[in-house]
Amino acid sequence: MTVSGEILDQHWLDSRARPFIHIRGVTKQFGGFTAVNNVDLDIYQGELFCLLGGSGCGKTTLLRMLAGFETPTSGVISIDGVDMNDVPPYERPVNMMFQSYALFPHMNVENNVAYGLKRDGLSKEEIRLRVGEMLAMVELSDFSKRKPHQLSGGQKQRVALARSLVKRPKVLLLDEPLGALDKRLREQTQFELMNIQDRLGVTFVVVTHDQEEAMTLSTRIAVMDAGQFVQVGTPTEIYEYPATRRVADFIGSINMFEGRVTENDADHVVVDSTDNALRFFMDHGASVSDGSRVWVAVRPEKIRLSRTPPPNEANQIEGVVQDIGYLGNVSIYRVRLESGMIVEVTVPNQTRPRDGKHAAGWEDRVFLDWEASSAILLTR
Amino acid sequence: MIIMKPTAVKSTGIQRYQQMFAGVSRLLQQLQAQWKSVVVTVPYFWMLLFFLAPFFIILKISVAESLIASPPFSDLLEWTRDGALSIRLSFENYSYLWKDDLYINTYLGSVKIAGISTLLCLLLGYPIAYAIVRSPPTTKNILLMLVILPFWTSFLLRVYAWMGLLADQGLINDLLIWAGIIDSPIRLLYSHFAVYVGIIYTYVPFMILPLYANMEKLDMTLHEAAADLGARPAVTFLTVTLPMTWPGIVAGSLLVFIPATGEFIIPDLLGGGNVQMIGRVLYNEFHSNHDWPVASAVAVALLVLLVLPMMVYQKVQEKESGSGW
Ligand SMILES: Nc1ncnc2c1ncn2[C@@H]1O[C@H](COP(=O)(O)OP(=O)(O)OP(=O)(O)O)[C@@H](O)[C@H]1O
Ligand SMILES: [Mg+2]
Repeated sequence: MTVSGEILDQHWLDSRARPFIHIRGVTKQFGGFTAVNNVDLDIYQGELFCLLGGSGCGKTTLLRMLAGFETPTSGVISIDGVDMNDVPPYERPVNMMFQSYALFPHMNVENNVAYGLKRDGLSKEEIRLRVGEMLAMVELSDFSKRKPHQLSGGQKQRVALARSLVKRPKVLLLDEPLGALDKRLREQTQFELMNIQDRLGVTFVVVTHDQEEAMTLSTRIAVMDAGQFVQVGTPTEIYEYPATRRVADFIGSINMFEGRVTENDADHVVVDSTDNALRFFMDHGASVSDGSRVWVAVRPEKIRLSRTPPPNEANQIEGVVQDIGYLGNVSIYRVRLESGMIVEVTVPNQTRPRDGKHAAGWEDRVFLDWEASSAILLTR
Repeated sequence: MIIMKPTAVKSTGIQRYQQMFAGVSRLLQQLQAQWKSVVVTVPYFWMLLFFLAPFFIILKISVAESLIASPPFSDLLEWTRDGALSIRLSFENYSYLWKDDLYINTYLGSVKIAGISTLLCLLLGYPIAYAIVRSPPTTKNILLMLVILPFWTSFLLRVYAWMGLLADQGLINDLLIWAGIIDSPIRLLYSHFAVYVGIIYTYVPFMILPLYANMEKLDMTLHEAAADLGARPAVTFLTVTLPMTWPGIVAGSLLVFIPATGEFIIPDLLGGGNVQMIGRVLYNEFHSNHDWPVASAVAVALLVLLVLPMMVYQKVQEKESGSGW
């Protein structure tokens, strides 16, 4: 990746910048079970930081420690330079949107949203104004007098979102904020979240299962697994330069070839596959030793598909089309290699299929190849 | 295409089974519907037999006249000499209640004692119920057992035990003298204090159990949400915990207040002659004065006194939840 973006927006590259949320060596154990394991993380002001990971990997637990509902078993958390260890939840400059929404069932929508503002002792007029504004944003103005049990799942989620946003905290913790919304509302709310982040300079920490959401929303993503961070980086870094096979697999789809390093130079690496009698060429050096076990990973959209043998010899595979998935803008080809391995290729539909015919048909023999710079070399 | 007459269609084995099955399940459904109505009727029948019927008998006696006979009251229906059926209603018993200060004061006294006891039961029971809910599962079961444990001993026996504890030569006075806090026994038994102790001791489980049942359902993340939005623990209690446990508070309070108002044994044994409650008056009318009609009127008046406010409360609640949003 080239560092072309403005350094101002990318505080994590600026060694002098002071992190807004500072997490060092934080571990949380429940009984003998370690939910969060020795985590280090710095989040900067105005970031929209996404925690991504499978179910039960410790995302909520980390968020709850930031909000103050769980005390870390060990480690330090500080927010805006203040050690949060002895600060109770009601004094933290943090608001959280709960995964279970946690709306007050005995209050109507309006009072739920106004609850935090009342605690701050704002004037009635101001509260009315801000609650009205917030409800308009989440399109719930007509529902302000309803009780939570009279709302749909998505409506509840929007109330929870409004309730956490209305206080304009320094840090907003959102636990799966948009999961129950339909596509249109989700995109609109995503946009609104980015808008709020821009306007108010709020720092967001967002938990999500949805990698696409993470890619669109965030300035940076942390991929979690079993209580630890596997990789922290910008969406591009995570997508194009995944650190491990798990990350590569978790974000987007990817084809993985196992092999051994046969040539290892400063400007190129050659890998021979273990089972496919294939040879892969990468035009960059890597810190690997000859003969070590590695994986060559290629994203489906980086692969070219053609009916005739491509000119360059390296990174070339031959196979038979087994399946075609037509998605409109692109088609997904599943190509079976001689070894039986299936390779996925995404082909943009630049022209309309003629007579209903695609670039290649079922059982057609096809050739796959990719640029020497497109593949990722993974060692674990 | 060949169209066969419906009658010509011979049902295959599978179809026959399906028909049979449909028939059986229809039968079961009918049975179930009937069973449902049976299940619903049983409690009504029970109420009719053991609550409404006795109540009407009492109501009938309350409008009769006192006689020295057996039974000691006049009949509601009477054959006059010329063979006509006449109804004799006498509301004198009720006006008697109203005119005599004794009854009004005793009613008010009972309500006051029951009210204060209910409040104290609530103040005592609420934190106990909360602590039980918040304790780990094994401890929770033990604590619940402890709440129910007194019911395993006869109520009368437990009141006698309190007499022993509170007496002039009782354990409490002995302890206080031994500790040098007092020189001579203080009057504990046969006082309002003793009655309060007795009522609160007896009825606090009836406060704890409905509160516990209510709090058990309380979602603890709501407390976290309140704290997250800037509410200190006291504010969270007032704005979230209290309103959400309100149904439990009402249920527990009614369970304590209603029987406490009509309580007889506790004021009789622990209050002696010093604490007049309506239950004692009722007892005296029946057994000492043998005035069944007045006793019945006292009972009916008590019921009206207790039930009417409750009905009003219920109506208000219904209205609130009907138009609250
Ligand atoms: N209070 C608790 N006591 C014991 N174990 C807990 C507790 N809270 C969480 N855990 C465990 O810690 C692990 C991480 O839980 P956490 O809720 O952080 O997962 P998550 O990443 O948010 O998952 P999801 O995406 O499903 O919400 C899980 O295995 C969970 O069972
Ligand atoms: Mg979670």
